[in-house]
Order: sequence, then C-alpha cells, then structure tokens
Amino acid sequence: MTDVTSSAPEQGASTTNSSLPSRFLKATELDTRMLGMLGALAIIWLGFHLLSGGLFLTPRNLWNLSVQSASVAVMSTGMVLVIVTRNIDLSVGSLLGFVGMIMGVTQTSLLPDWLGFGHPAIWIIALAVGLLAGALIGALQGFIIAFLGVPAFIVTLGGLLIWRGAAWWVTSGRTVAPMDPLFRLMGGGPGGAIGAFWSWVVGIVACVALVGMLVQARRQRSKFHFPLRPLWAEGFLGTVGCAFILGAVAVVNSYPWPSAIARRYAEANNIPVPDGGLFIAHGIAVPVLIAIGIGIVMTFLAMRTRFGRYVFAIGGNPEAAELAGINTRWVVMKVFILMGVLAAVASAISTARLNAATNAQGTLDELLVIAAAVIGGTSLGGGVGTIAGAMIGAVLMQSLATGMILLGVDTPLQNIVVGAVLIVAVWLDTLYRKRTQ
Amino acid sequence: MAEKTPLVQMENISIAFGGIHAVEDASVDLHVGEVVALVGHNGAGKSTLIKILSGAYKRDAGTIFVNGEEAQINNPRDAKAYGIETIYQTLALADNVDAAANLFLGRELRTAWGTLDDVAMESETRKVMARLNPRFQRFKDPVSRLSGGQRQSVAIARAIHFNARILIMDEPTAALGPQETKQVSDLVRQLKQDGIGIFLISHDIHDVFDLADRVVVMKNGQVVGTGSTKDVTEDEVLGMIILGKCPPGAIPGPGALQTAAA
Repeated sequence: MTDVTSSAPEQGASTTNSSLPSRFLKATELDTRMLGMLGALAIIWLGFHLLSGGLFLTPRNLWNLSVQSASVAVMSTGMVLVIVTRNIDLSVGSLLGFVGMIMGVTQTSLLPDWLGFGHPAIWIIALAVGLLAGALIGALQGFIIAFLGVPAFIVTLGGLLIWRGAAWWVTSGRTVAPMDPLFRLMGGGPGGAIGAFWSWVVGIVACVALVGMLVQARRQRSKFHFPLRPLWAEGFLGTVGCAFILGAVAVVNSYPWPSAIARRYAEANNIPVPDGGLFIAHGIAVPVLIAIGIGIVMTFLAMRTRFGRYVFAIGGNPEAAELAGINTRWVVMKVFILMGVLAAVASAISTARLNAATNAQGTLDELLVIAAAVIGGTSLGGGVGTIAGAMIGAVLMQSLATGMILLGVDTPLQNIVVGAVLIVAVWLDTLYRKRTQ
Repeated sequence: MAEKTPLVQMENISIAFGGIHAVEDASVDLHVGEVVALVGHNGAGKSTLIKILSGAYKRDAGTIFVNGEEAQINNPRDAKAYGIETIYQTLALADNVDAAANLFLGRELRTAWGTLDDVAMESETRKVMARLNPRFQRFKDPVSRLSGGQRQSVAIARAIHFNARILIMDEPTAALGPQETKQVSDLVRQLKQDGIGIFLISHDIHDVFDLADRVVVMKNGQVVGTGSTKDVTEDEVLGMIILGKCPPGAIPGPGALQTAAA
C-alpha cells in the first residue's frame, strides 16, 4: 500500500512540469527537431575546431564548406519531395553526370561553332539545355513510375546505370574542359562570389524580409483572432534570425581573395596596393546564393502552394488523396520532373566548380542526397520532411567530410564514420518521433 | 413511387473484380430529404456500390441519373461536381496534415496570388467544427494525433462543408462511443431537414430503423429487396440479410430468394 501512495505524487509532478525551456519553446513555436539538428551541427563544428587545432571555424574553411555543400543541398530539396510521396530517386548522381556532359559539350564544342568563341549568351544557353535535359529525363522516369506503375526504386536503379552509361557515351569517356568563363561563375571561386558590398546588401534584404514575414504573419493571425505568439517571442525570433544572417555575411566577408589574385586584379584596375597586401573579400559565393534561392523557392512550393499540399497529402495517405479528387499520378510525375531540374542545377554548380565535365561526376551523390534528406528529418515512410532540414542535413554531411579531411582521416575510415552517423541519426530520429507521437 | 424525380437513381449497376461480381445488376434510388439505408453482410457489395456513386470505382455496366439526367461519374472529382460527398468507412484522411488541410483537400482556398490561404481555411474550419464538435481545439495538430471521434468529425465536416446535396455515409458510427453516435444521429436528422439525400451504410439494425426512411438489403452483390422501414420489421430485414427472403412488405430485387431458386 505504501508503495502505491508514495509513487503517485511523483507521477503528478512529472506531468505538470512546465519548465522554462518548454515554455520558451511553446511561445516561440520553434521546431525542437530542427533545434536539435542545429545543436548537433554546432557540436560537430566545435569538435572539429578543437581537434584540428583551430582550423575548422575559420572564414576560409566555412566559405569552402558552404560552396562544397551547395550541389548536394540543391538536390536534397527535391529528394525531400520524392521521399515524402513514398518514392526514392537513386538516379540523381548519374543524372548529374549525364547532364554535366551535355552542358559541357554544348558550351565547348556546339555553341562556339555556332555563336563564336566567348559569346556572352553561351553560358545561359548551355544552362537552359541542361535544365531541359534534366526535366525531360525526370519526366520520363516520373511517367514510368506514376503512370506505368513500375516501383520508383527499380526505375531509378535502372536510371542509375543508364544515365551513367549515357554520360560516358556523350564523348566516349573523354573529359570536357575548360568551361565557358561566365558559366564558371556558378561554381564559386574569387570571381564566383558577389563581394563584400553586395553580400551586405543581400544580408540586409534577408533581414528586412524576415522581419516583414513575422509582422505579416502576426497581422494575418490577429485579423482572424487566432492565438498570437507573445511579443517577446516574436522579437527574439527576429533578433536571432537577423543576427545569424548578418553573422554569416560577416564570416564570408572576412575571407579575402588569395594575395596573388588580388594583386593581379589591382594591377589590371590600377588600384594601389597598400602595405601588407590588398584585402578583397569573397563575399557570398554564387553557388551558395543559388542553393539558398532554391531552398526558399522549394520551401514556398512545399508550404504555400496546392502542389506542395498535394505532395504531403499523397505521402500521408495516397488513397485519401485520390478520393479527395487529386490527380495523384500527375503530382508524382511533377515531383520527378522537379527532381530532374534540380539535379541539372546541381550539375551546373559542380561542373562549373570543377571547370570540367567528366563521366564519373556525381558518382555516389544519390546516397549523399538521400542521407542528407533523411538526416534532415525526412521519413522514408512518406508524408514527413522539410526542405530546410534536408539542406542542414547536407551541410552536416559535408561538415563531417571536410572535418575528417582536415584531421587527415583516411578515406575508408571517412566512409565508415559517415555510414555510422547516418544510422545513428535515423535511430535518434525514430526515438524522437516515438516520444512526441 | 414515381411522383417526383429521384435525386439519384442508379440503374442496373454491375462491377466485377477479376471475375468476382462484387455488384451485379443493382438498382437503387434516393429522393430529396430521404435517408436510404444499405444493409447486408460484409462483402455483400454495399461499399462497392456506393464507391461507384462516389467515383472511387468505375462501373462495368449500368447508368447513374442525378436529378433525372444521366451523370458521367468517372472519378471522385466528377462526383463532387454533382454535389455527391462521401464519408468513407476508413475516413480517408491524410494523417500527416492538420484538420483544415484535410477539410479543404482538393478544394483549397487560395489567395489572390494563387498561394494557399491557410488562415482563411483555418478560420472556415473553426466555424464548421464549432457546429459539429464545439470542444474541438486541436487545429494545428496533424489528424493522426486526434481521437477516433475527432477524426470522424473532421471527415464529416469535410463532407457537409461544400453544400452537398447527396451524402454517402459508410459506417459513420463504427468508431464512435454512444455520446458521439447520438451526435451523428442528430446530424443526420438535421441534414435530412435541409433536403439532403443520404445513403447510410450500417451494420446496426436499430440505427437503421431509427434513422432511415427506406432500407435496401444486399446479398452476394445483388439487391434482395427494398422496403419502407414502416412496412417491414427488424426481423424481416434480418431474414433478408441472412436468407435473402423478401417479405411481402418489400419490393423484391434480382437477388431475392425466389429468383435465385428459379
């Protein structure tokens, strides 16, 4: 008897426990899962920083990390939608390679013959050809999956082999190089970054947009008399968001051009070089801008359009979506078209960065992309996932790779660590979901 | 019978799945402000027949008339265009999105920019739910977190919000407790007063006699008979369900015992 009575108050205490952190989370409506991921990322960064003796958290390394993450991050945004609809795309790496070869050949041999070498329109035509190729391949795979009913795993596994073979076929295996100078800006580097001034402009515009969105959302909710967040919570979100954006801009603006390039630039433009060298900041890299832009567009698509709503509804209950009158097959096909286009964008970024198109480009990228999406909280059961989570997942994967390279870890061991991290991350996520369910 | 044009008339409907005749030569009709109950064993073809009307299945043969005019119903969108709304036995909710998203699934409200107008949809949902289930407060949660009764009220809200003229309810009270079952019964009476025609599928004979004007009994995919709940007794209906024996108070269908024996 005494045992029973003594255990009762303990249970009562634990259920009514409303501590400061939990009230804070409720007021700000922040996603605890997302916070957990950012926390994990912070731990990884700090860990590598300490282990490498202060090499990780430097403007130079963080700038490179952002550029290296861009290609996988772009593709992971599409993979989220693919996985949410209970499908998978194993062909994105091969697709990246094939589209890269197409864009390479277009800008190095086809267009110069036609427009003349160094024509300013070459880069955009080559990019358009690549995007079109990506869309067509995505449409073909999507059609077979959605309308002919072949499982996505099989169709894209076939695609993995087919497009890799096709990439070889374009030039019989020859590497295509160099790329058009304007096209190369999409890959980063001193030229492929927007400089300190424009980076601040982008940062300030982003801050204004963030505050504007918070104000707009509040106004909408009060118009319909819905419960509002407390003002301090709104202020906190705005302040932290802006601080984060401006902090990121400050970091990329403190990474200078290599001195030799800066000196050549100064000589070419008749700028006097001061003592100790000229400081020209990189600013935000073009591929990173592309990735952020795509992240915003994809988040908008997923959250604010009918298409996005249907994608999630199909993932939650395909039969219900069908009965609600949604043309589920066409939605699934559109998801694969989108995935093809995003693979083409990623291909442009990585081809431009390498300044070459090779037939092995993007090998195993499909696994990195799927891992990024899954680490970012996309459930393989379908119906659950966020674009932002997948992009953070991509940065997390790249951070692991970069950090281990800095520490001089051998490639086989790197693979072992990345594989183990993937499994542990999904296991933790499973635990988290069980607890919140 | 023919004093008024029926709201819905399904004539000689047949559908087969891989050689099994799930519904064979079935005819039912429904008038304005009438509740017609469909009863029968599991696998008798009630749900299949009704899914043909809601556009979920495509019939092999037969004709559907809505207000006396032949209707082309080939998918759920067509059915909704005729004002036919369905509450499925499985509820057919997308579990991972919230009540408002489910209520407006396939018929989202949009802003002038063509984007989803979530706030307006939530506001509408709050209004409907206030009528159906006043204690419902969990508008932000995915419906997988809701109780059986709450999920049911979301499914019902979805069916009645869009000015349905014909409502199909497939086992609407199967997952509910006594209190909620009574709520559904009250709702059915209220909708009937509004002039909505209702097809009610139920296993509960008491419910059927309580709510329905007429009862249609199905067995092995065929209609055994149709009778007014005033002209037949509960025992006679049970006899129709179990034996396929059509009592004198009902109009026999192709599945009645004498036809089957001949």
